[in-house]
Amino acid sequence: MILPYFIAIPLLSAFLIALIAGRRDSWAILLSNVAATSLLILSVYVLAARHGETLIYEMGGWMPPLGIVLVQDALTGLMLVLVSLISLLSLIFSVSYIRHLDRSWRYYALFMLLITGMNGVIITGDLFNLFVFMEIALFSAFALVAYGGRAEEYEAAFKYAVMGALSSAIILIGIAVLYSATSTLTMAGIAEVLPEKDPKIMYWVGGLFLAGFGLKAAVIPFHAWLPDAHSSAPAPISAMLSGVLIKVPGIYVLMRVFMNVFGAPDLFMQTFLVLGTVSILIGVFLAVGQWDMKRLLAYHSISQIGYILLGMGLATPLGILGAVFHLFNHAVFKSLLFYNAGAVEVALGTRDLKRMGNLTRILPVTSLTSMVASLSISGIPPFNGFFSKLILIIAAIQAGRPGLALAAAVGSLLTLASFMKLQKYGFRGEREVKTVKATIGWGMKTAMIVLAVCCLLSSFLVMPGIREICLDPVVSVLLDPSRYIQMVMGR
Amino acid sequence: MILYILCFTLFLVGVYGLLTKRDLIKLILSLAIMGYAVNLFLVLFGYRSGAAYPIVTEGAAPGPMVDPLPQALVLTSIVIELGTTALLVALAIRLVEKYKTFDIHKIRRLFG
Amino acid sequence: MNDPKHGMTLIVKTVTRITVWLIILYGIYLILHGHLTPGGGFGGGVIIALAFLNVLLAYGRSFTKNWLNLKFMEDIEAASATLFLFMGILGIALGGRFLTNFLGPGKPFTLFSAGHIPILNILIGVKVGMCLFLVVWVLAALRTGEGGEE
Repeated sequence: MILPYFIAIPLLSAFLIALIAGRRDSWAILLSNVAATSLLILSVYVLAARHGETLIYEMGGWMPPLGIVLVQDALTGLMLVLVSLISLLSLIFSVSYIRHLDRSWRYYALFMLLITGMNGVIITGDLFNLFVFMEIALFSAFALVAYGGRAEEYEAAFKYAVMGALSSAIILIGIAVLYSATSTLTMAGIAEVLPEKDPKIMYWVGGLFLAGFGLKAAVIPFHAWLPDAHSSAPAPISAMLSGVLIKVPGIYVLMRVFMNVFGAPDLFMQTFLVLGTVSILIGVFLAVGQWDMKRLLAYHSISQIGYILLGMGLATPLGILGAVFHLFNHAVFKSLLFYNAGAVEVALGTRDLKRMGNLTRILPVTSLTSMVASLSISGIPPFNGFFSKLILIIAAIQAGRPGLALAAAVGSLLTLASFMKLQKYGFRGEREVKTVKATIGWGMKTAMIVLAVCCLLSSFLVMPGIREICLDPVVSVLLDPSRYIQMVMGR
Repeated sequence: MILYILCFTLFLVGVYGLLTKRDLIKLILSLAIMGYAVNLFLVLFGYRSGAAYPIVTEGAAPGPMVDPLPQALVLTSIVIELGTTALLVALAIRLVEKYKTFDIHKIRRLFG
Repeated sequence: MNDPKHGMTLIVKTVTRITVWLIILYGIYLILHGHLTPGGGFGGGVIIALAFLNVLLAYGRSFTKNWLNLKFMEDIEAASATLFLFMGILGIALGGRFLTNFLGPGKPFTLFSAGHIPILNILIGVKVGMCLFLVVWVLAALRTGEGGEE
């Protein structure tokens, strides 16, 4: 009964903001924060109260083959918590940050639409409905990337929008082919019928989906838009884009479609392995040379997406566990890093590492939390990045692919190198910046501190006891597509 | 079969325009052509030869009909394309305002 | 109103003055008959938006700005979307599921039937009509700041 509220609450608040906000942003801030908080509470309740059991909700009372179903299982629960957490913190961060740009309610209305789209993608069990929600999320993302109103932001948003429209066209072709082959759009229904059909259909559609959703996830041959869009957007939006938007229409849908609907065919798993490894290495090589702090972080997003794909491609329980865990961790620490970049940009007016230096005295919270996040992303114990990367590397060795484990380790080392560079030139170092242009608001500090704590706490997700609630059900959902089909179509 | 081939050709026209044209407006038009091709593709999948349009009228006996679902999907995807085009045009207007050119190769302040 | 400096020629203005209400009426017809014939909320809404666009093209911006209350249009656009969601939530309250048809199925081929579908069609029609006009208006103006158009 709870499921439609994940879509209704943010959508309602978006329209209400447009209706009652007036000229100022105070009502908009209040409404959007209340909505995001209630979403977080709801999603944590769903994750905690329903230990990975599957819930079905038929929209309008129409049964699965006819109507649209909303499906909630362990993977959905985890993703919903992730999206709600990051979006609530981004909203708190935005309260101080966006007022440096302007004081309009539009930002908050678009932000709520972004959350609507992502929650919809996560929760729906219908392929075309997924496409529609993905477009809602992407529209608001295009507009939000261009929100600051500088020339570079329009350029990045245009590039992003062209790429997004291209990938949407490709995905729509895939959906059309699937519909004509199986006569249904419910994902579980497709999964039920597809094994009886010619496997060529699955390979064609899989190729189209790989290109389309891979473009949204910025896997390496499709990555060209990501550094521009992620580095040009306002900082809380960069955190949303890098933290959750490339994961929800990208990685989550790839997982759902290739694991649950197609049943993890070997060809695509091999492709994921290759793409993942290439993404890890090339992304990190491109990142090391950057001097713009946000561009460096954006290239690291490509590299970290590679780790998740690698874990998916291994298709062993441990590999998928590592992939899901790394997905969660990457959202936490990458959002934190983008908050840091935003705070530095507000305080100093620059993102150039050469013009920063020794910020420990003037920005103590920012430099401390950036240290935590850098250690997390480079995989230093006891932070969360260490555990997920360790699981991935062990899984690769267990699966008999030591070469891939080596590549992952090399990528991790280079990540460490580039973040040592970030810390040395940006936040420590001999060069000392003494003056601050603007102070950092309480909202920004709160968001950064909460995420830094999350960096430590989410290591505990892999502890026995918590792992059985959060991560193991996800793995079993992904590895056993027959259960997903049975739960959705079984009644 | 010839219809599918023509439809695919239309899609390729869009891809060609997207890859070779340098004008912002032509890029947007190419994307629109691609969208039309995809919509046509969807409608073609619902087509059954000799079937009626899927509207129930009073008195008429329900015979074979073309599949109405792809038509509903196409309507939705047309709305989505409308939104995309409007957003792209808005961005293009702003780009021209800022860069004083329509040429995508001269709009290159970002490297990457 | 017939200021020759703004807008198009007298012929266009006269024709527009006569036809604009007919076009709006046709849009309303399509919206109300959405559950019986092709058309419905989206098609009718587009036609209503086109009627307003005709006025914008024929008479120019300054006249349209005085003729229409743009702030009010923005408000009813958001309000109709909100009402649509409330209809969905009412479906939970009265029928058990989101967007359940809680008014009963009704009789085929009669105008006032089909449960809540005509109400949803009207809401969608208002939303689409206002939204589409405002998108074009914002694109034509685009001095004040975009982003609020979705």
